[in-house]
Amino acid sequence: MPGTVQSIERAAAVLRLLAGESGHLTLGQIARSLDLAKPTAHGILATLRYVGFVEQDRASGHYRLGSGLLQLGHGRLDVNDLRSHSINWADPLAARSGEAVRVGTILDGQVLVVHHVFRPDDTFQTLDVGTLLPLHATALGKVLLAYRGVPAEAELERFTRRTIRTTQALETELQRVRDTGWSLEAEEMTPGTAAIAAPIRGYGGLVVGAVGLSGLVERVCDSHYRPHQHLVALVREAARAISRDLGAARR
Amino acid sequence: MTERYVVAIDQGTTSTRCIVFDRRGRLVSLAQHEHKQYYPKPGWVEHDAAEIWRNVERLAPEALRNAGITEDQVAAVGIANQRETTLLWERDTGVPIGHAIVWQDTRTDDLVRDLQGAEGAKTVEHDSGLPIATYFSGPRVRWLLDHRPELRERAERGEILFGTMETWLIWKLTGGLHVTDVTNASRTMLLDVHTLDWSPAALGFFGIPRAMLPEVRPSVGVFGTAVAGFPGVRIGAALGDQQAALFGQTCFAPGEAKCTYGTGSFLLLNTGKELVRSTHGLLSTVAYQIAGGPAAYALEGSIAITGSLVQWFRDQLELIATAPEIETLARTVADNGGCYIVPAFSGLYAPYWRSEARGVIVGLTSYITKGHLARAVLEATAWQTREVVDAMNADSGLDLTTLRVDGGMTADNLLMQSIADVLDVPVVRPLAAETVSLGAAYAAGLAVGYWPDLEGLRQNWHRAAQWLPEMDPAVRDTEYRNWQRAVERTFDWTRPS
Repeated sequence: MPGTVQSIERAAAVLRLLAGESGHLTLGQIARSLDLAKPTAHGILATLRYVGFVEQDRASGHYRLGSGLLQLGHGRLDVNDLRSHSINWADPLAARSGEAVRVGTILDGQVLVVHHVFRPDDTFQTLDVGTLLPLHATALGKVLLAYRGVPAEAELERFTRRTIRTTQALETELQRVRDTGWSLEAEEMTPGTAAIAAPIRGYGGLVVGAVGLSGLVERVCDSHYRPHQHLVALVREAARAISRDLGAARR
Repeated sequence: MTERYVVAIDQGTTSTRCIVFDRRGRLVSLAQHEHKQYYPKPGWVEHDAAEIWRNVERLAPEALRNAGITEDQVAAVGIANQRETTLLWERDTGVPIGHAIVWQDTRTDDLVRDLQGAEGAKTVEHDSGLPIATYFSGPRVRWLLDHRPELRERAERGEILFGTMETWLIWKLTGGLHVTDVTNASRTMLLDVHTLDWSPAALGFFGIPRAMLPEVRPSVGVFGTAVAGFPGVRIGAALGDQQAALFGQTCFAPGEAKCTYGTGSFLLLNTGKELVRSTHGLLSTVAYQIAGGPAAYALEGSIAITGSLVQWFRDQLELIATAPEIETLARTVADNGGCYIVPAFSGLYAPYWRSEARGVIVGLTSYITKGHLARAVLEATAWQTREVVDAMNADSGLDLTTLRVDGGMTADNLLMQSIADVLDVPVVRPLAAETVSLGAAYAAGLAVGYWPDLEGLRQNWHRAAQWLPEMDPAVRDTEYRNWQRAVERTFDWTRPS
C-alpha cells in the first residue's frame, strides 16, 4: 500500500489490540502480539499516552484504552462540562476585573455563550447563556476563529463602523491573535463596549473554547483602543487555569 | 503596612480544605486533602480523626505558601465543619477512641426507635428543637457508651471527652482547649436551644455524663490562640458547614435564605432572634451567635439526595459520562414526558421524615427516553426544594422572595431555571462560590475586628447570575400535583422485619 505511514498503522494496531482486551496488557504482551521490538512498542504507547488515547495503570504498569478516545466518539467537548470547569475561574476573573465574564465555544459558525458571570456591581443584568454571537465581531469569536485552522467566511456582517469587514483584514487580525495568544474587540459589535478574550485549551492543546471579559470601552481600553495590560493578564491567567483544569480532568 | 488575610478551615465529609481570603472576601489560595472513608458494616460510615488532623497540619503551610504569605499576616482562623459527626478521645493523651462516627451513619437505628417511644422524648425534642433521629450526635454518644461499657465510668470522671469535628480541631490547634460553638452544639440534641447550654433533661434522657461535654461558646468570638497548625494565630470562629454557608451568603436578616446544592441539599432560613418551631418537618437550629449578642436562629430543610441522584445516574445507570452532561441530555427533550423520579434511596428527609420510603420512577411509557429521565432527575431536586420552601413559608409566616444558591450544582443552568420556575421566585448565585469557607472566614474576621460589622460583609456580596421564573402557573400547579402523587408512591415500601 503506497503512501501509508507505518507508525500510524502500528499505533492503530495497538489500539485495536487494547480494544479487544477486556483487561489490561503489559508492554511485553503488546510487543509480542504485534511482533514489535519492545522499544518500538514503548515509543508508540508513550505517544498514545501523551495524546490521551491510552492510559497506564499507575500500580501495575498495564496499558488500557484512554478516555481521550471516548471523547473522540463523543465529538466535541460537552458544553456543560466546559462550564463546570470554567465556573471556578470565571468568578475570580469577574471579581478581580470588575467586568462581566463569558465563556464561549463555536456552534454552526457562531459563538455559543456557555457561561456568563454578571459584572459584579449588582445592577440588573440578564443571563445570556445560550445566546449566539458573531465570530468576527467579538473577542471570543476571534479567538475561536484564530485556532480553527480554516479560513474565515467571506460574509462579514457590519455592526458598527469599526467592525472588520474584509477577509484580508480579518486574517491579519487572527494572525495577531495567534502571535499574542489573546484577542481584543473594541466597539466592533456595539458602540461603547470592548472585550478581551483568550483560548481555553483541552487535551493536547486543542482550543475548545474561549474565556473573556467585556465592559465599557473606556474601562477596558485606553484612548487609543489599546487594552489595559492588567486586564489582558487576568484574562490569560483565567484561560490557563481553565485549560489546566480540563487537561487534568481528562488525564 | 503588610496586607493581612483570614484563613478558613473547611473540614468536610470527603476532604479538608484551607482557604485564604483577602479583605474583600476574595479567594487568594486553596489547599485540599481528601481523607479515607471507612465502611465497616452496611450503614456504618467512619473517619479517622487523627488522619484529618494530620491533613490540617499539612494544609496550613501549603495554603500560606500558595498565597505567598506567612502566619503573622493571618488575622484569624475560622472553622467550618461537617456537622453531627461524633468523636470520643482521651483527655490525657488526646488519642481518639476508635474512629469518628460520621453524620450519614445509621448504626443507631434500633436505639433511636426505642428512644422515640421512651419517657421524656417530647421534652428532649422541645429543648433541642430536633426530632429524635439517627442524624444527630447525641444518640451516637449513647451508642458508644452502651457498646464500650468501660468508657462510661471514665466519661463520668471526665477522662473521656466528646466532640464534633470543630471541637476536635480546636483541641488539637490550641493544645487542649475543649470547646464547641452553639451551631454545632445545636446538632447534638443535647443543647437546650433556648438557654444555649447543655440540657439537663437531654443528658438524663440519653444517659450522657456532662463531664465529657465541651464548653459551649458563641460561634463568632475568639476561642483561643493556636499553638499548632497556625501557631500564634487566633481562632476567631467555628460554625457548622451549613450555618457557615448562610453566613457566607450574608443572610443576616430574618427572611433571608440560602440553599447549598451538593450531594444532598440544605436550605436554611434566618428567623432572627426568634426560635421558630416547625410543624412541617423542618429543624429548628441555631444560625450563629456573635459573642456578647443574642443567638440568631434558623429553620433548616435537609434534602438527602440531590447531587447524589445525578451521580447515581452517571455511575449506576451509566447514561452519562460526567455529571454536567445531565444538562446536555435533559436538553434533548422539551419536558419530562410525564416521568417523575423520587429519590427516596434511604427514606425521605424534610418535610416528610419517612425512613421506610424507597425511591420510585413513575409515569413510564414506551415514549420515555433517557432524555426524559435526565429531566426527571433534575426536576426531582427542584421539587424537593419547593416542598421545603412551602414548609418554611408555612412555619415562619414569611414568604420567601429570593433564594440564594451555592454549591456545585449551581453550574447547571437548566436546574437553576427549574428551581426559579417551581418556586416562582428569583434564584440568585453570588460571585463567591466557596460560601462555606467564606462564612467561616467572615465570622473569624469579624471576631478579631478584621471586618468592622455585618454591613461591611454585605458589601462584599455580589450577584454573579440570576434566574427568573418563566413557568406558566397552570403548568406549575399540575406538575407539582404530579410530583406529590409520585412522592406518595414511595411511602410504606419497606416494612419492619
